[in-house]
Amino acid sequence: MTKILKKQILNPTVTKMVVEAPLIAKKAEPGQFIIFRAKEDSERVPLTIADYDRNAGTVTIIFQIVGQATTELNSLNEGEYIHDFVGPLGTPSKVEGLKKVAVIGGGVGSAIAYPVAKKLNELGAEVHSIVGFRNKDLVILEDEFKTVSDKLLIMTDDGSYGAKGLVTNALKELIEQGNTYDEVIAIGPLIMMKFVCQLTKEYGIKTTVSMNPIMIDGTGMCGGCRLTVGGETKFACVDGPDFDGHLVDFDEAMKRGAIYRDTETKKREEACNLLKKGEGN
Amino acid sequence: MEFTRNMDPKKCPMPCQEPDVRNKNFYEVALGYTEEMAINEARRCLNCKNKPCVSKCPVGIDIPAFIAKVAEGDFEAAYNVLTRYTSLPAVCGRVCPQEVQCESVCVRGIKGESVGIGRLERFVADWHRNNGKKIAAKVETNGKKVAVIGSGPAGLTAAGDLAKKGYAVTVFEALHLAGGVLVYGIPEFRLPKDIVKAEIENLKALGVEINTNMVIGKILTIDELMEMGYEAVFIGSGAGLPRFMGIPGESLNGVYSANEFLTRINLMKAYKDDSKTPVRHGKKVAVVGGGNVAMDAARCAKRLGAEEVYIVYRRSMDELPARKEEVEHAEEEGIVFKTLVNPIEVFGDENGNVKGLRCIKMELGEPDESGRRRPVEVQGSEFDLEVDCMIMSIGTSPNPLIRSTTPGLETNKRGCIITKDESGLTSRTAVYAGGDAVTGAATVILAMGAGKNAATAIDEYLKNK
Repeated sequence: MTKILKKQILNPTVTKMVVEAPLIAKKAEPGQFIIFRAKEDSERVPLTIADYDRNAGTVTIIFQIVGQATTELNSLNEGEYIHDFVGPLGTPSKVEGLKKVAVIGGGVGSAIAYPVAKKLNELGAEVHSIVGFRNKDLVILEDEFKTVSDKLLIMTDDGSYGAKGLVTNALKELIEQGNTYDEVIAIGPLIMMKFVCQLTKEYGIKTTVSMNPIMIDGTGMCGGCRLTVGGETKFACVDGPDFDGHLVDFDEAMKRGAIYRDTETKKREEACNLLKKGEGN
Repeated sequence: MEFTRNMDPKKCPMPCQEPDVRNKNFYEVALGYTEEMAINEARRCLNCKNKPCVSKCPVGIDIPAFIAKVAEGDFEAAYNVLTRYTSLPAVCGRVCPQEVQCESVCVRGIKGESVGIGRLERFVADWHRNNGKKIAAKVETNGKKVAVIGSGPAGLTAAGDLAKKGYAVTVFEALHLAGGVLVYGIPEFRLPKDIVKAEIENLKALGVEINTNMVIGKILTIDELMEMGYEAVFIGSGAGLPRFMGIPGESLNGVYSANEFLTRINLMKAYKDDSKTPVRHGKKVAVVGGGNVAMDAARCAKRLGAEEVYIVYRRSMDELPARKEEVEHAEEEGIVFKTLVNPIEVFGDENGNVKGLRCIKMELGEPDESGRRRPVEVQGSEFDLEVDCMIMSIGTSPNPLIRSTTPGLETNKRGCIITKDESGLTSRTAVYAGGDAVTGAATVILAMGAGKNAATAIDEYLKNK
């Protein structure tokens, strides 16, 4: 059981929680993840660690409410307990030795990109952060990114905040302006990471992506999180979640990510119908 | 006590759910002996002098002694004999491959069937759970702390034996539930989870502390455990990453590793309507492999409503590594065995879902290093199977988490932890290992044997330290 110390609504679909997890906080590094089960009968779901405080013994998670598991997690409040919380899992991001990096976050993926940007900043690298959202209301972590970035570009799909356009537009512009990056680190929806990688391949810039496939145990037992990377089968939980973006088969990952979408939609509809029935009575 | 020896050449049959009924539910298949059946079966044992059965038991149970107590109708006394040797009798009675161990050398088996040792062991453990004294006596602690990594059969056995010797044992389990393969791998219909839970409660009553959600190698390393005051460590972290064949189409949706398929069903209860964890209910399912895990996966798929379930195995029926009883049960339940067949490609539809499997026929050639005849492809014999789900059950390779975070812990080229001898001592002082982490995928009872030996060795080491 893991106690929720602080809960903050970042936007209508994204919540931040600071939890008491001293042993995990002691070991966590950017890029690593935890697996949670909100309640005793909940599904196991991975979440990348958004921040940690070794002294306070806390771990921060930021999640988008997308399905049943995250809805259940979001139903818990400060002072309550998450039933299971295990980590830190996966291999930490390799950021040592980088001098100038473009860190790209898309949507809630920005929450995962943030600790990487923070670590790079601590290590003295020049950090250019590009974060993209659908619109102004969904923008998160702006202040946090500002404090750890030498340059911060916020992009929105509809132009309601920052610049209008996609993160790839901003990245291309920075590169065209003559910025030379040791590496691009992109974390966000698969489709965003795919297009970032297409762009950086043209320029020959090494690109790391953080994959977030469906997982069960997260410790290298079930094999559910497998991906094809450079023609080989890799397991995101122990080999990743960071991979060389130019080698990842994104199309396959997108199909695999959708395997239970029909079941989930059906479940949600059933739940809605029940609610409707309830209203009728 | 005087009684007449039962000279029936056959074992007393095990009452089972009817195949057509049980292949639609997850309740236990074998229902267990009644007291009368158990006594009758026990009276088939000749109590022979040589006791060949004992030498073939990985944990060395005094089999004739416990059976003699059953023959007398003193079931609690029989249980007390068993627990001197095994911490998990209800489990062993159900999942041990008795036909290649104790029962394979039973004198009664020379002219007829061996004594049903496994069935009797199960009966005694179940009888005790339902009727016996509940409380295990807590042993006075000697104050020495031992850490056990993993709560599968190896870890639980080591923990139980060490607790009985007075050690303060802490078990670290990576998942949210203790039991390892007994809870995530072996299905309910073969090993009800309430039984595993009861065996674990017994260990807790002995004073064993179980910490779930602790992935050793990540949250804490073995060196840190030592710094925390654990004077010895036993690694029973189990098998690891599932193997795939490396054929085209293995990443299609609907291709599972047996580990994933079974974990969804057993640990996460995906077979229940109200489970929050989904699993694909295939209509036509191919399970690749011939071991116990393959049988479990096939029988689960059937119970989820599959019309056709195939076991696709590259050797013949004679080489199937699964327990004989599991193969028989699977056949009775309507599982179709496609032996001397190997998959070469998986086909998908436009959405990335499995829709078929291309296979090739095999024939047995010269024996390979395992002594079994090597299967070779029959040229031009390709054929297609229509399936919408496929489960790969072709073994595992050891988990890297502990070896990669424990300096000085030697592993072989396959990644299995190297132990010096039967004691399970690794290349690190005070660090012992056993079970699948050492041997690669094997059986529950071999893991228990390793846990038992390591517990003895750890006790010797700490007493003389």
